Amino acid sequence: MTDTAPAAASPALAARSVTKRFRGVVANDRVDFEVAAGEVHALLGENGAGKTTLCNVLTGLYRPEEGYVEIGGKAVRMHSPHDAHEAGIFMVHQQFRLVQSLSVAENVVLGWTRHGGTWFAPRRVEPEVAALAEQYGMDVAPQAKIWQLSVGEQQRVEILKALYRGARILIMDEPTSVLTPQEVDQLVATLRAMARSGSAVVFISHKLPEVLAVSDRITVLRSGRTVGTVDTAATSAEALAHMMVGRDVVFGDHAAAHHAGGEVVLKLEGLCAENDMGTPALVDVGLDVHAGEILGIAGVAGNGQRELAEVIAGERPRTGGSVTIAGKSQQGRPWEAIDTGLGYVPEDRMGVGVAPGLSITDNLRLKNYRRGGTILRNKKATEEAEELIRRFDIVARGPRTLARELSGGNLQKLIVARELSSGAKVLVVSSPTRGLDVGATESVRTLLADSARRGVAVVLISEDLDEIFELADRIAVLYRGRVTGVLNRGEADVDRIGLMMAGEVAA
Amino acid sequence: MIPFTIRFEPRERLSRWINIWVPVAAIVLALVIAGAVLAVSGHNPFTTYQQIIQAAFTQPGAFTQTLVSTTPLLFTGLAAAVAFRMRIWNIGAEGQLYLGSIAAAGVGLYLQSLPAPIVVLAMMVSGAIAGSLWAAIPGTLRAYFNTNEILTSLFLNYVADYLMYYLIFDSTSFWRDLTSPAARVFPQGKTLAASGNWPALTIFTIAVPLGLIVAVGVSGLLWGMIRGTRYGFEMRVMGDAPRAASHAGMNIRRKIISIMFVSGAVAGLGGASQVGDFRHVLDPRGLEQAQFGYTGIVVAALARYNPISAILAALGIGVLTNAGLALQGPNFPIGLTGTMEGILLFCVLGSEIFARYHVRVHRTRKPLAAHRAGQVRPAAPAAAPVEMALTGGGEQAS
Ligand SMILES: Nc1ncnc2c1ncn2[C@@H]1O[C@H](COP(=O)(O)OP(=O)(O)OP(=O)(O)O)[C@@H](O)[C@H]1O
Ligand SMILES: [Mg+2]
Repeated sequence: MTDTAPAAASPALAARSVTKRFRGVVANDRVDFEVAAGEVHALLGENGAGKTTLCNVLTGLYRPEEGYVEIGGKAVRMHSPHDAHEAGIFMVHQQFRLVQSLSVAENVVLGWTRHGGTWFAPRRVEPEVAALAEQYGMDVAPQAKIWQLSVGEQQRVEILKALYRGARILIMDEPTSVLTPQEVDQLVATLRAMARSGSAVVFISHKLPEVLAVSDRITVLRSGRTVGTVDTAATSAEALAHMMVGRDVVFGDHAAAHHAGGEVVLKLEGLCAENDMGTPALVDVGLDVHAGEILGIAGVAGNGQRELAEVIAGERPRTGGSVTIAGKSQQGRPWEAIDTGLGYVPEDRMGVGVAPGLSITDNLRLKNYRRGGTILRNKKATEEAEELIRRFDIVARGPRTLARELSGGNLQKLIVARELSSGAKVLVVSSPTRGLDVGATESVRTLLADSARRGVAVVLISEDLDEIFELADRIAVLYRGRVTGVLNRGEADVDRIGLMMAGEVAA
Repeated sequence: MIPFTIRFEPRERLSRWINIWVPVAAIVLALVIAGAVLAVSGHNPFTTYQQIIQAAFTQPGAFTQTLVSTTPLLFTGLAAAVAFRMRIWNIGAEGQLYLGSIAAAGVGLYLQSLPAPIVVLAMMVSGAIAGSLWAAIPGTLRAYFNTNEILTSLFLNYVADYLMYYLIFDSTSFWRDLTSPAARVFPQGKTLAASGNWPALTIFTIAVPLGLIVAVGVSGLLWGMIRGTRYGFEMRVMGDAPRAASHAGMNIRRKIISIMFVSGAVAGLGGASQVGDFRHVLDPRGLEQAQFGYTGIVVAALARYNPISAILAALGIGVLTNAGLALQGPNFPIGLTGTMEGILLFCVLGSEIFARYHVRVHRTRKPLAAHRAGQVRPAAPAAAPVEMALTGGGEQAS
């Protein structure tokens, strides 16, 4: 990076030997971390390494048991995020906190009492919001209502909210996991602009290329401890992977041919459906998925992927067409799809894929508890859960840990573990490696390829073209709810698919 | 401007101890406040509290009387708890209990010549069925038309109330006594024959009503059901995350209706117990005044929707009710006992907030300079974070 941070006398924000424990888990173990004004500082580490916990300490959401937080060289004790906001520290969470029915400008000023008078005058601030957006190269209209915006645009509103409130330190926890590649580029530009203007940015991501592109320095955590801080210019993806895992990471190749060409186990014909707003989201979608193949669904977010998955799973009513799973025509009920052999990793995790207040054991048996009798067999379920925790390397105290206590990536592992171990004939997986660290991403991809090899038909919905190219035998492109083409991997190249995703060419 | 602000900060975790000492502190606080109210109104708090203990426990027959008050509250408390646990807000235990009474009284009268065990059993079954069918109405409306079950179940309480009055006061129904001299002066229901009087179990001097034994049994059953059965598992998932439940292939509609069935059946059993254990007659006025259904909501809340805790909660409210009845007299107006009950419930339920949040008082200082867009400060040396307590690093690090 050209504008490397000056090693100023005192860092803008620092954690000094911070220890944070949860019942039986040391999430942060004497962690040291500093971020200077004018730099983008990346936090790296495996799932459950303690990154989110550290950020929550830095923003006053958690109080550390030992150690302290330093702002501008002064030790402080924060009691709530409110205190952090007063000091100009803001965090953009993965779950956005926006009011859907209000405009961008309204959301920006909402709940902020320092914007002048008592009266709520969002109209007046629209020009200011627009200017702020422009200054940082963010493309978003202040008058637009939140529900009209894409996920990437909503994230920009969150950043604007922080900037408007005088953020000098911005913390972003896995901001890119929900973004399209283009949106990632925009975000990187915005964060660099913030650093140039003297702000400090903390950035978490599991994708090493992004981290290398955006950051000035990188701090690596492993099992709650600081491994070290390095200058981005002086490191490489391999070196970082080594620091995170503590050994060399081998990247496998999943390209080995699956025995494609089996019988059709998932058949979609003339499928039509509407989105939540009641406008058509799927138009006449027809696809055949064969046993033993992985069909990748490529497309820019919001082109019908969510609706497609939900209709197949019977969780969204269809307005036309038919779904046939393993030869059985579906009426469109979730239990019917599960019983005929559908495994499904949904796009929404918390509250849909898992029940946050229930234990790991309960969440793991969510889809097969019906196979037993009226009386639950708790002991057997616990044993099975322990087995899956081991096999999928879920970092948790034990099977009784509540799902909401899991780190983001381990929650994802839980869902993947349940669906991949269910013995399904058809798997529909939506961004299966979202939020997973490098190692877990590898093993989930291997498992998906193995499933296909065993004769499962896999539908892989992902915005990550690399993932699709790595795994899929055939690639279907969704654009505005239509399948604009299905290509064999051999005849597909990234540019062609990219153009199809943008609606510019047909297959 | 107010010189301080109060903030509620969620506790990071709930410790077991907090769950114990907060309610205990709340009860102590309530006793102090109620004591002050008593003193102001010219009563000696200590003698009053002593009287309460006598009236609820120590006087001859007092504890038996307490159990009489406890029994219906446990039924309605359980009815509310199972539904609330699944986030189905059945406010209709009141009406479901009325229906249970109507059915049990009808069956008890109709079958009176049969042997007692058969009559008692038939009363229980009919009470439960009537309550569950009544509850299934708002359940079905909620499941298929997404109507608000709070309103529908509440309004059905009034309908059930009128139905009861109609049977006794405004018609010559099967339930109404038309022959006895007393009934000519004032309308009333037919009294059940001995075969319809539920037996009580006498332990030392305490008479434990059959209904209470049944209610405790139901507590255990519900507890076991929630923990150990497929049905209970579905309840837990639905109560925690309804969308995860439908994702897991649970039939939400059927589940809503069936849980209303269960809830209504428990409330209806309570109605049957009112007729069989205590009143031996369909008594619209008595049931209406008692408001067991609504008090059951308080029981469920106190028990945090846990069927086993509901036993304790119902007993607690039973003690209060019974003591309140015993205290009432010319010097002790009914309003005062109501006030005391209110204070206690307010403190105990309100104390939840202290279990869940840190409450912190901050002095308000002058706000940070207003920030305007377009002139984002290039990170000036950080202004001292005024709202926070500044502490020395060394001291903190220890
Ligand atoms: N509220 C909580 N209660 C109990 N344990 C928790 C809680 N929050 C985090 N943990 C535990 O602390 C550890 C660190 O979690 P954290 O969320 O900080 O990980 P992370 O580095 O952000 O991982 P990921 O990359 O998966 O998001 C994990 O083992 C997690 O289970
Ligand atoms: Mg995390």
